[in-house]
Amino acid sequence: MLLRIDDIQTFYGAIQALKGISFTVNQGEIVTLIGANGAGKTTTLHTISGILHPRHGTITFDGKPIHTIPAHDVVKLGVAQSPEGRRVFGRLTVEENLAMGAFIRNDKDGIKSDLDRAYTLFPRLKERYKQLAGTLSGGEQQMLAMGRALMARPRLLLLDEPSMGLAPILVDLIFDTIIEINKQGTTVLLVEQNALKALSIAHRAYVLETGHIVLSGTGQELLNNPDVMKAYLGME
Amino acid sequence: MTASSISLPVASPVNRRWSDVFKTGLLGGGVAVYLSLVGIITALAGRFIITGKLSLGQIILLSVYIMFGYLAAQRITGKQGPVSPVMSVLSGALVGLMISLFLVALVLIAPRINLRSMFINASPDLFKVLTLNQPEITTGLLYLLGIGTVMGALAALLYLLPPRPRRAVEMGLLAIPVVSLLDSSLFAGRGLSVTAALVTFVMGMLLAYVWQPARDRITRTVGAMPTQRQRAVSTAAYILLGLVVLALPLLGPYPAEILDTVGLYILMGLGLNIVVGFAGLLDLGYVAFFALGAYTVGVLTSPEIQWLGIHLTWWQALPFAVLVGTLAGIILGVPVLQMRGDYLAIVTLGFGEIIRLVFLSDWLKPYVGGSNGITRIPRALKASETLKLSDQQMLFYVILAGILLAAFIANRLKHSRLGRNWAAMREDEDVAQAMGINLVRTKLLAFATGAGLSALSGAIFASKLTSIYPHSFNLLVSINILAVIIVGGLGSIPGVIIGALVLVGLPELLREFAEYRLLVYGIVLVVMMLKRPEGLLPEARRKLELHDMENAGD
Repeated sequence: MLLRIDDIQTFYGAIQALKGISFTVNQGEIVTLIGANGAGKTTTLHTISGILHPRHGTITFDGKPIHTIPAHDVVKLGVAQSPEGRRVFGRLTVEENLAMGAFIRNDKDGIKSDLDRAYTLFPRLKERYKQLAGTLSGGEQQMLAMGRALMARPRLLLLDEPSMGLAPILVDLIFDTIIEINKQGTTVLLVEQNALKALSIAHRAYVLETGHIVLSGTGQELLNNPDVMKAYLGME
Repeated sequence: MTASSISLPVASPVNRRWSDVFKTGLLGGGVAVYLSLVGIITALAGRFIITGKLSLGQIILLSVYIMFGYLAAQRITGKQGPVSPVMSVLSGALVGLMISLFLVALVLIAPRINLRSMFINASPDLFKVLTLNQPEITTGLLYLLGIGTVMGALAALLYLLPPRPRRAVEMGLLAIPVVSLLDSSLFAGRGLSVTAALVTFVMGMLLAYVWQPARDRITRTVGAMPTQRQRAVSTAAYILLGLVVLALPLLGPYPAEILDTVGLYILMGLGLNIVVGFAGLLDLGYVAFFALGAYTVGVLTSPEIQWLGIHLTWWQALPFAVLVGTLAGIILGVPVLQMRGDYLAIVTLGFGEIIRLVFLSDWLKPYVGGSNGITRIPRALKASETLKLSDQQMLFYVILAGILLAAFIANRLKHSRLGRNWAAMREDEDVAQAMGINLVRTKLLAFATGAGLSALSGAIFASKLTSIYPHSFNLLVSINILAVIIVGGLGSIPGVIIGALVLVGLPELLREFAEYRLLVYGIVLVVMMLKRPEGLLPEARRKLELHDMENAGD
C-alpha cells in the first residue's frame, strides 16, 4: 500500500471541510475521487500534499506518517501535485516552469532525461518551451502543470481536475496521457468532476459527498452503480 | 427585413472628427484655466527661461497649446488616414483659439464675480500674465487670441512632419527649458539669452536628428565585429561610463548633493526591488530599516550619546548598522510569513510607523534623543583639501561604492537558485511550496537582504546629514522608494537607477516647482502607469510578457 488515509478531518478555520475520510491507494494504481463542487476533493489533495494539515487523523505514505510535515518536505518523499486550475507560473517560461518542478532534485542527468520525457508526453510544450506560461492556452497550461509535477519524478502523482475547462478533444488527450503516465510506473490519485471519464480509466474509485466518502469500488462497478449514474453521470 | 433597412443613421466620419476636435479644444481650455487657477502659471511667471522674454509659467501655458494643437491634428486625421494639410492646420488653429477664448473669458469674468474667495490665485497678477503684461487689457487679449491660434496651428504642422524631423523639433523645443532649468538649478544662472536659447534649440534638434541613425550604425558595426572585439568595445564603453560617473561630483558641491540624494534612493531602491520586484512581497514599511541603520550609526558614533560609552568611527559602526537592519528584517518577517498582498502591505506600513514613533518617543529619549534626534555624527569621508572636494562630493564615492555592491548582490541573487525561488514564490506561493520551496526561508532571506541594504543606505544618510531626526523617516520615504522602482520597472536593476534619477533627481533640479512638485509627481505617475505600465527600463521578462501578450492577441 503506497498511501493510506485514515479518518482525516480538515478545517478551514471553524469550517470543517473533511469529516473523517479514509481510503487507500496501492502502488501502480489509478485511483479517482469523484464528487460535486464543495465535496472536499481539492481539500483532500491539499491535505495529502501538506498545503493543509488535518486536525485529526493520519496520512501514511510508504509507511511514513506525512500529515504533520510541511508541503516542501512532502514533495521530497515522492508526492507531487498538479493543482486545480493549472496554476502555472505565468511569468516564467515553459522550460523554467518544468525546471521548477525538479526543484528538489540535484541529479542533472536525471532532470535532463525527465525533461525529454515531459516533452515526449507533451510535444506541444517542446514547441513552446521559451514562451511565458501565462500566454499558453488552457490545454497547454494543463499539460505544463502535469509535466511540471512529473519533473519531481514522483511515486504518487496528485491530479486536481485536469479536464476542467478544456475542449473535449483535449480532455481525451489528457486522459490518454494519464493512462500513459500510469503505465510508465507512476501511481495516480485523480480528482475529477468529469466522472464518466475518470471512472472509465480508474482502477478504483471513491465518491465524496460533503466531506464524507459515501461509495467506493472499482471504476467499472461505480460506472454501473445506479446512484452514481443518476447523480454524477446524468443518466436516469 | 433587409440589411440596409436596419443600418442605423451615423454621423458622417468627417463631422465626427470635427466634433472630436471641438472636444479637444474644450478639454484644452479646461486644462489652461485649471493651471491658471491653481496658480502654477503666476508662481513661475518670475522665473525666466529666456531672460526678459519668456517665463517658465508662459512655457507651461505654451505647452498646453502645443499639446492640444497636436492632439487636434491627430483627431482630425482619425483612423481613416490623412486629410488635407489645410484641414489639420485649421483644426490646430481652432483648438488654439478655443483655449485662448477660455482664458479670455477667465480674464473678463473673474474680476466681476469675485473668484478669489475660492481660487486665491485668480489675482491681478494672473491677469497680467495672461494679457502678456500689456497696459491695455484689450490689446493683451487680442495678442493672446492671436498667439493661441498660431501656436495651435504650428503644433498641427508639427504633427504633419515625418516622424524623424518631428522628433528632432520636439527635442529641440524641450531642450530650451531643460537646459535653462539645469543651468539655474546647478549654477544659479538667470535664464538663457535669446541667442543661447536659439543655439540650444538647434543643438537639441541636430542631436535628436542624428541620434537614431548613429545608434543604428553603431549597433550594426559592433554587431558585425568578431566576439572578442565586441567584448573589447563593450568593456571600453563601460570604462568610459565609469569615468563619467566618477567625474560627476566635479560638477560642484550642489550637484553633488543632489547626486547623493539620488544615490541613496538608488541604494534603497535596489534593496526594496529584491523584496517587491524579485520576491513579490509588498513592503510599505521599508523606511523602518533605513531608520534603524541611521540610528545604529548615530548611537554608536555620536559623542552626544553617553549611556553606551562607545564612540566608534563611522566605518566601524557601519557593519553593526547593516547587521541590525538585517536582523530587524528577519524579526519583521516572522510574524508576517502567513500574510499576502494587501495584508502584508498594511502590516509593514504599521511597522514603519512604529519604528519612527519609537525613536520619537520620550520613553527612549535618553537613549536615542527623541524629537531632538542625534547630532554630531561623524562623516564617512571628510572634505579633502588636496582634491579640493567638499564633504558632499566625497560622500558621493561612498554611495557609489554602496550602489555597486548592492547592484552586484542583486544581480547575482536574481540569477541564482534563490532568485528563481523568489520568482516562483511571487507567481504562486502554494504551488511554489508544493514544488519543494521552503517558503519561510525564502521569504525571510528576501526581507533580510532588502533590510540590510536599506540599513546600509540609512547609515550613509546619517553621515550625509551628520544629524538624524525621527521625522526624516516618515511614510513618504517608503512610498517614494516604491514609486522609484515601479516607474523604473519592477524587478529591473537598471530600472531602479533610471527611476531614482527621474523621480528624485528631476524634482531636486526643478526646485522652482517647489509647491507643485507633488502635482507634477502625481501626473507623471498616472501618465506612466497608463502609457508604460512595465516601467521605463523594464526587466527582460516583463518585456517578453507584454510582447507575448501582443502576439497572443493576433
